[in-house]
Amino acid sequence: MSVMQVDREIDARGMPCPGPLMALIGAIREEPAGAVIAVLSSDAGSRTDIPAWTTKARQELLSVDEEEGYTKFVVRKAR
Amino acid sequence: MADANGSADHLSLVLFSGTDDKLTAASILVAGAAALGKRVDILLQYWALEVFKKDCLEKDHGLSPEAGPGGASLLWRAGERGAPHWSETLRQAKDLGEVRLHACAHSLELFGLEQSDLDPLVDDVSGVASFMADAEGQMVFV
Repeated sequence: MSVMQVDREIDARGMPCPGPLMALIGAIREEPAGAVIAVLSSDAGSRTDIPAWTTKARQELLSVDEEEGYTKFVVRKAR
Repeated sequence: MADANGSADHLSLVLFSGTDDKLTAASILVAGAAALGKRVDILLQYWALEVFKKDCLEKDHGLSPEAGPGGASLLWRAGERGAPHWSETLRQAKDLGEVRLHACAHSLELFGLEQSDLDPLVDDVSGVASFMADAEGQMVFV
């Protein structure tokens, strides 16, 4: 759906809650502001956790796409 | 979110149980809180303190009685699917945010232990009053 250029993709499929979120936070710390990070997660908790975290941490959630057996989140490091 | 004292950004967790299922559940709560930027203080009492003895974390600590016969295989399968050990989740939470583990002074004495007998994940020894004095906001007991 999104044709956004992704700088880094994290395949967190199979990781249980809150692993995918923690992997995303780790990547956000490492990447420079403006970087676009995609996270693939099969953990149902991510559907609420990642949007809650991006709001709280004031990061930009660009898209959430349901794929076959997992969800793809695309986040831009805003700050 | 946070009230005037900012206390919603602090989680106090009293960890009493020393079985792997409860330690796993607690470590996930801690990781979630740390991910949201909450400061977390954990007081290790009794059986939870005992598992934090040096070279003891990764041992089999059994399950709580409510796990029943099916519980062990359920958790075993989760481990097979790549779920990290609870001690690893705690370690990640410490890397992620401000998470501190305090050994309850009373329990330490009960087991005849000193801080040097404990895993380095434990930050210090704390009396219950100082833990409570700092425990504004949410308190969880596991």
